[in-house]
Amino acid sequence: MTLSITVNGKRHRVDASPETPLLYVLRNDLGLNGAKYGCGLGQCGACTVQLDGKAVFSCITPISAVGDRPVRTVEGLGTVERMSPLQQAFRDEQAAQCGYCIAGMIMRAQALLDADPHPDEASIRAHMQTNLCRCGTHMRILRAIRRVAGIANNGAAA
Amino acid sequence: MLGRLRQIGRGRAVLAALLMGIAGALFALALSWRPAIAPITPPSPGSFTPEQVARGAVLAKIGDCAVCHTRDNGRPLAGGRPLATPFGTLYSDNLTPDPETGIGTWSAAAFRRAMKDGVSRTGEHLYPALPYEHFTHVRDADLDALYAFLMMRRPVHEAAPANRLIFPLGFRPLLAGWKLLFLHHGETPTDSSRSAEWNRGAYLVEGLGHCGGCHTPRNLAGGEIRSQAYAGGIAEGWRAPPLNAANPAARKWTQEALVTYLRTGISPDHSAAAGPMGPVVDSLSQVPESEVRAIAAYIVSKMGGSPSGPVAPLPDHAEAAASRFPEGAVLFAGACAGCHGQGAPMMGQGRPLLSLATALRDTEPNSAAQAILQGIEPPVAGRGPKMPGFADALTDRQIAAVLGYARARYTDRPDWKKLPAAVAKARKEGTQP
Repeated sequence: MTLSITVNGKRHRVDASPETPLLYVLRNDLGLNGAKYGCGLGQCGACTVQLDGKAVFSCITPISAVGDRPVRTVEGLGTVERMSPLQQAFRDEQAAQCGYCIAGMIMRAQALLDADPHPDEASIRAHMQTNLCRCGTHMRILRAIRRVAGIANNGAAA
Repeated sequence: MLGRLRQIGRGRAVLAALLMGIAGALFALALSWRPAIAPITPPSPGSFTPEQVARGAVLAKIGDCAVCHTRDNGRPLAGGRPLATPFGTLYSDNLTPDPETGIGTWSAAAFRRAMKDGVSRTGEHLYPALPYEHFTHVRDADLDALYAFLMMRRPVHEAAPANRLIFPLGFRPLLAGWKLLFLHHGETPTDSSRSAEWNRGAYLVEGLGHCGGCHTPRNLAGGEIRSQAYAGGIAEGWRAPPLNAANPAARKWTQEALVTYLRTGISPDHSAAAGPMGPVVDSLSQVPESEVRAIAAYIVSKMGGSPSGPVAPLPDHAEAAASRFPEGAVLFAGACAGCHGQGAPMMGQGRPLLSLATALRDTEPNSAAQAILQGIEPPVAGRGPKMPGFADALTDRQIAAVLGYARARYTDRPDWKKLPAAVAKARKEGTQP
């Protein structure tokens, strides 16, 4: 069936069965390959995008559940030439190793920063708890988020 | 003249009523008065035997002290956790032996009085968020062991924030009236026709374990309704299911199954511990198995003993449910079936079918709604079942559709009524402090 969804401010009409995960539509139908397929079970966070400003696992969000709520992906934040402050911070802190989890990490962190531009350390850690990085760059990811949140990063880089 | 006399008469009557009222209030206040117990210098380590402290540690786990008396990211037992009640927000007290902000100056007698009568060392009535209507049944030797354990913790200097209660509940002498109605002293009676294990279970469940605190419904004054003991209650927006004959489990609980559940957070023929039951399992995973076996023996007997007769087949009415709840069926296929569907990787690990989930079979949808909204955290040291929450992915109406579908598909029970409103309420209750 034909459904219409709004992604990064643009309205799209897609042909998909209603239970199709949002992730598949983003990647296969709209060519937005930032969000990644990790576990397909909502356990790793690689597929995280924003739905109505909140971070959600797009692998377990059926396309028919989206409705009129706007979707935002990492492609909606910035470009290689003009990065968003958070993307720039991830680059400056060299937060990506293999990079597979990073789009999800950025979109989850951005949802927190949009709701509260200056979250404290405990809020950042609690909020990011659902997203995993199997390379183990969590400490650099936290440094990048702190940089945008205005929290001083002390000590040597992890 | 007559009118003036009447006026004087009325004036006198009002005055007399006022005086009697004041006298009554003073009398009540006098009745509610409790003396302070003299402060002590914190006891030295030599005051207690290592065995006593070790026993106190086990009892503290069974009583779940640290669950309420530890705030998020806080030091264990240092208090400060906000507890949302229908009467406002209470903050748990610091149970470490800090002389200023904790219980460092409390004698063993002061500690026993707090547990049995709900009165602080200084003579203040304590709020029944501290379940002293259960703790009053604990034997003195056990209270002394608990005291020894607490006094041997490292002191943490941290005062709890002030309570925020609705008027006039900030006035603690009123609690004396509450206690007249709901605090019943005395030991848990021994039943000589039952095993020692069962009686041990009764002692732990009715006393320190305070299982009825969540699993027994409460009246408008916040007291447990004794005539409906273990008929099911509410905890932090989740349903604490009935632990009596009305327990909705698809497979009757056995002692073995309940021991497994209480120590690991999941039983293969029941479902996973979720919400406020998670911390209970975490505590019980750390106490000697014999204590958990005793608790299970007692609870299983309340639910009506062991199963008998042939095992009924588990319902799975996929087509009928899909025709009645088409939107729920679609959402279930996209959001839930990846784990809960036939042949899903999780099912290959031997996780229970949804037909076995107590939350779907309960008379109320609260726990099923909370599980979808908040997800399930692995209760024991980060291991065990984990379900992602859907609060931000699905709307109340969509969650209601999934609940309607799952209930119709996996149970033979009647539809839940007014589901969207129930989900909206569950969402509100789940996000309170």
